[in-house]
Amino acid sequence: MLKTKEQQLWLIVIVLFGVFVLFRCFSEPRAGRVYVVSTGSSVDKATDVDQQAGVARVSLSRSVGLWVGALLTIGIFSFLYGDNPYYKVCEAIFIGISAAYWMVLAFWTTIIPNLFGKLFPAWIQTWALPGLPTAHEGDWWLYFVPLILGVMLVMRLIPQYSWMARWPLAFVIGTTAGLRLIAFLEADFMTQIVSTVESFPTASALWAGWQATPRNYDPLWSLLDQVIIVVSILACLVYFFFSIEHKGAVAKVARMGVWVLMITFGAGFGFTVMGRIALLAIRIEFLTNDWLALSGG
Amino acid sequence: MIDFLNTLDRRWIFLLMGLSVLIPILMELEFPETATPQARAVFDEIEKLKEGDNVLMAWDYDPASAGELEPMAKSFILHCASRKLKMYFMALYPLGQQMADDDIADVIKVDFPELKYGEDYVNLGYKPGYEGVIKVIVTNLRELYPTDARGTNLDQIPMCRNIKNIQDMKLIVNVSAGYPGIKEWVQYAATPFNDKFKLVGGCTGVQASLMYPYIPQQLAGQLGAIKGAAEYESIVYEAYGNGSERKVYKEARRRMGPQLIAHMLMIGLIIVGNVLYFLDRKRV
Repeated sequence: MLKTKEQQLWLIVIVLFGVFVLFRCFSEPRAGRVYVVSTGSSVDKATDVDQQAGVARVSLSRSVGLWVGALLTIGIFSFLYGDNPYYKVCEAIFIGISAAYWMVLAFWTTIIPNLFGKLFPAWIQTWALPGLPTAHEGDWWLYFVPLILGVMLVMRLIPQYSWMARWPLAFVIGTTAGLRLIAFLEADFMTQIVSTVESFPTASALWAGWQATPRNYDPLWSLLDQVIIVVSILACLVYFFFSIEHKGAVAKVARMGVWVLMITFGAGFGFTVMGRIALLAIRIEFLTNDWLALSGG
Repeated sequence: MIDFLNTLDRRWIFLLMGLSVLIPILMELEFPETATPQARAVFDEIEKLKEGDNVLMAWDYDPASAGELEPMAKSFILHCASRKLKMYFMALYPLGQQMADDDIADVIKVDFPELKYGEDYVNLGYKPGYEGVIKVIVTNLRELYPTDARGTNLDQIPMCRNIKNIQDMKLIVNVSAGYPGIKEWVQYAATPFNDKFKLVGGCTGVQASLMYPYIPQQLAGQLGAIKGAAEYESIVYEAYGNGSERKVYKEARRRMGPQLIAHMLMIGLIIVGNVLYFLDRKRV
């Protein structure tokens, strides 16, 4: 059955790890257990203080959840060694649960309160959302428009009427494009230009600052910051300006623009690495602290 | 040697990276943090608020990015609760609502039991619709939020009765995992209503470098990934931690230990990779 040395080695590793997990489950502090504390009508996760005071108890359901989480985490990590059935199962579980969760949540947080709750408030109030007002709002009938568009979108599932889905899709694409265009123009174009220019200290302000606090070089440093920002922006814009051939001085400025872009990408890469390591750290913390109770907790 | 390194199975690199994170976690390595101007700006913006001021806590993250964002989220709650601000939680991420509930349970219920739901803090819950949600609630909150996350009518919640829209907030605190997140809050809330409220936030490393152009006019301050979280956590803990030994208030700083070792490994690997590349090119 185990033909290669690699398979035999992996069997030994898995068995040793299993023995270690078993050992951790029966030695203090015991692994794979979640402690809770009852506070009035609610049951909350126990804190270190609760455990030390001896008022915490083991929660079976949460402990099962902990084991499922740990086994799924290991399953996903197993992809680092190579694609395998264990990983595939974990991946399929994740996709299935995510899709179902998203669908149910959208139904109960949008379709019920924001669509049917507006069209038939009294009916929805009686069986779904007791907190909802029972009276119709003004122009409530306008909500028939999204209802009809929603039904037309679902027609996509019926091949002979699938053409009907194009209209609500066109509506969604059109409104989203319009909404985004305005936001980008305002926040990423106009305001960015204004911010860049406004941040520049005027010569008179610099001189006044120097006279008020001589030998204070901070305003000069901030001026240098602004000069670097403006020069970098212009250099990057020149790089993306293709109406003029990049030769001579233009080529040199464009080259500088490339360097600015590279520095930006480098900063982005550094931040991304930091983010990924943080994500790895929390999963390892989960396995070592929450599951195996090796440290922290 | 060069041939051996050139053909090294990349799984050894994965193992090294795993160990570089695992060992500092087991050794509980921790390093002192000094707040940079960005973390200080976020802290100062919350400090400027008066007791009872309204703060919108936009929790746009989920468990996938909790490693980076949860520590700063808890620090934000500790800071706002200590300042006795009214906290309105909401989410544009499906699991943001649960993340807010978890953070509330970890911070408010344990260390601020005197704060009451509906009077001092409320969880409005999640709404799908991405930036469309922001676009609506800046002018009419009840259009999308007729009830809170528990299904209670907003008019029956004391702290929500007088809230018409998010222009009634003094500050928006956003914890952002991606889209929709801090960029959308800048575009649809902070830029058009810059005179009504300020926006501060924390985001994942992937987004951080893209948000700097918005600072300070459109974004008053930003915590970039776990490093920003650790800096902010250190100043919040110093000011309001009261020497608490609770681990939730030290999460970000604790995670900087693995960061340091893993980054040193990463730098070493980049150097080795480049040296190998040039040596190989020279040989050919």
